[in-house]
Amino acid sequence: MAEREQIKRPAPQHEQSEARQAPAASEQGEELKAELDDLLDEIDEVLESNAEDFVKSYIQKGGQ
Amino acid sequence: MAVPKICGIETEFGIVHTGAEEANPITASSLLINSYLSEVERTGEGGPAAGVNWDFEDEMPGNDIRGIAPMGSLAPEIETHLVNAVLTNGARYYVDHAHPELSTPECGNALDVTRYDKAAELILIRSMEAAAEVLPPGQALVVYKNNSDGKGNSYGCHENYLMARATPFARIVAHATAHLVTRQIFTGSGKVGSEAPGLTTAEVPFQITQRADFFEEEVGLETTLKRPIINTRDEPHADARHYRRLHVITGDANMSEVATFLKVGTTALVLAMVEDDFLPRDLRLRAPVQAMRQVSYDLSLAAPLEMDDGASATALEIQWDLLDQARKYADSHGLDAVGGPIGEMVIDRWEQVLAGLESDPVQLAGQLDWVAKYRLIQGLSERYGLRPDDARLAALDLQYHDLRPERSVAARAGLETLVSPHDARSAVSEPPDDTRAYFRGQCLKRWAASIVAANWDSIVFDVGDEPLRRVPMMEPARGTAAHVGRLLADCDTAAELLVRLRESDAR
Repeated sequence: MAEREQIKRPAPQHEQSEARQAPAASEQGEELKAELDDLLDEIDEVLESNAEDFVKSYIQKGGQ
Repeated sequence: MAVPKICGIETEFGIVHTGAEEANPITASSLLINSYLSEVERTGEGGPAAGVNWDFEDEMPGNDIRGIAPMGSLAPEIETHLVNAVLTNGARYYVDHAHPELSTPECGNALDVTRYDKAAELILIRSMEAAAEVLPPGQALVVYKNNSDGKGNSYGCHENYLMARATPFARIVAHATAHLVTRQIFTGSGKVGSEAPGLTTAEVPFQITQRADFFEEEVGLETTLKRPIINTRDEPHADARHYRRLHVITGDANMSEVATFLKVGTTALVLAMVEDDFLPRDLRLRAPVQAMRQVSYDLSLAAPLEMDDGASATALEIQWDLLDQARKYADSHGLDAVGGPIGEMVIDRWEQVLAGLESDPVQLAGQLDWVAKYRLIQGLSERYGLRPDDARLAALDLQYHDLRPERSVAARAGLETLVSPHDARSAVSEPPDDTRAYFRGQCLKRWAASIVAANWDSIVFDVGDEPLRRVPMMEPARGTAAHVGRLLADCDTAAELLVRLRESDAR
């Protein structure tokens, strides 16, 4: 069997930016979490109240 | 040099008739669209091509690029008796396979496709509101911009790209397949569970795309059964001596504008490179059909795909490779074929998204649908300690795509927009100005009463005192504002336009 080789991806400029971002990550993580909590509160309000019935009755005909 | 990658999207929407004892999806879809048409006709805005029907004269969806369709393959049926309207923005709005479907007008670049895709959402929202006015109290039509009901039934969001007829089809198959399989990492809209036979939600709690479960062939004519990654429908809707239209059926309907922009933009770029025979190495996958699912099920984005030459590469690596080629292509060939500066925007955004996927995908929750949805699914699971098969997660999945502004989860997910509300609204009634859709849309806006029917490549006029006159539009890049803006401005009536066109034909 032929030996496997990896495709070399082009010079990754992004690896540097990744390193730069690292120290701020935890702070950013906290922020993201708080944001997600707010979002979930909002989504809780619009979600169909009877999820089981809603999911069961969502039936479509196959299309293209 | 590659022909301009004129492109568009056709979306089949999911539809639910709530509050009705017995609901029929074809009746519901017809009612939805007819309500919209009556509404815009009544208010005189948003372009009713009042009474103008789709012209089926040149429809040949059963034609196969490879010549004769293989035995047992099914030519798509055309439902000529159902509502099928042309809008003044150049779009087509109709009932297809028990779904409302909207095809955007032909666009000159990915950003315009994104704009008209957004306008399509506004049209569907308006349709739901108009339908509510005519339905009995307690009933409503609800539209979902997704691709599956979670029970094994799928409906599509297809893309179309203009290509030179001279491009060998085998070359398109080889390179486009690798792109269509691996672009899923940013085009996916995400899905709870799997609809592939024999797989349970325990095995695939969440996957990147809506559609990957439904592909069974590498190449073929079908779109509803045994769906192929490369569709061979040969119906260019243009001069068949010069053009073909690549009909791409693998994509998900996206709520995210960035995802739509990248889906169309990167594909147009790859196809331009294929046409100019620019891609040096063969990116042939050993098993493309399996790879579709492999990529969709691999949230780590780390699984290697086997290549035909014995090498292996992840979807991300193949995408980095294509991006690298696209950059070189931009330097050597320019990006005129894909919208010039819009093509540059595609390349920049492509890199940014690949870098994000590689370092920390969750950072793309404001840009990619599957990441946005996965974050919410995980958040809800953790908040209530839900099992992967809990109905609340499946409900959240469906409601992500609910187009009602008061219910849509996607509308609340903080997705970045590329199109301003003003530009989206104007695209509801105004055609793009850089393709033949301009001519179609402007004629419909001004002279709908003198137009009997229209389709992608012609308009049939009836100006009373002479036989019906078909005006062909076989060149998708002609009929633009630059070509015919002046001519249209000079004409007061359709009859005058026909006289002027006849004069120019004679010259």
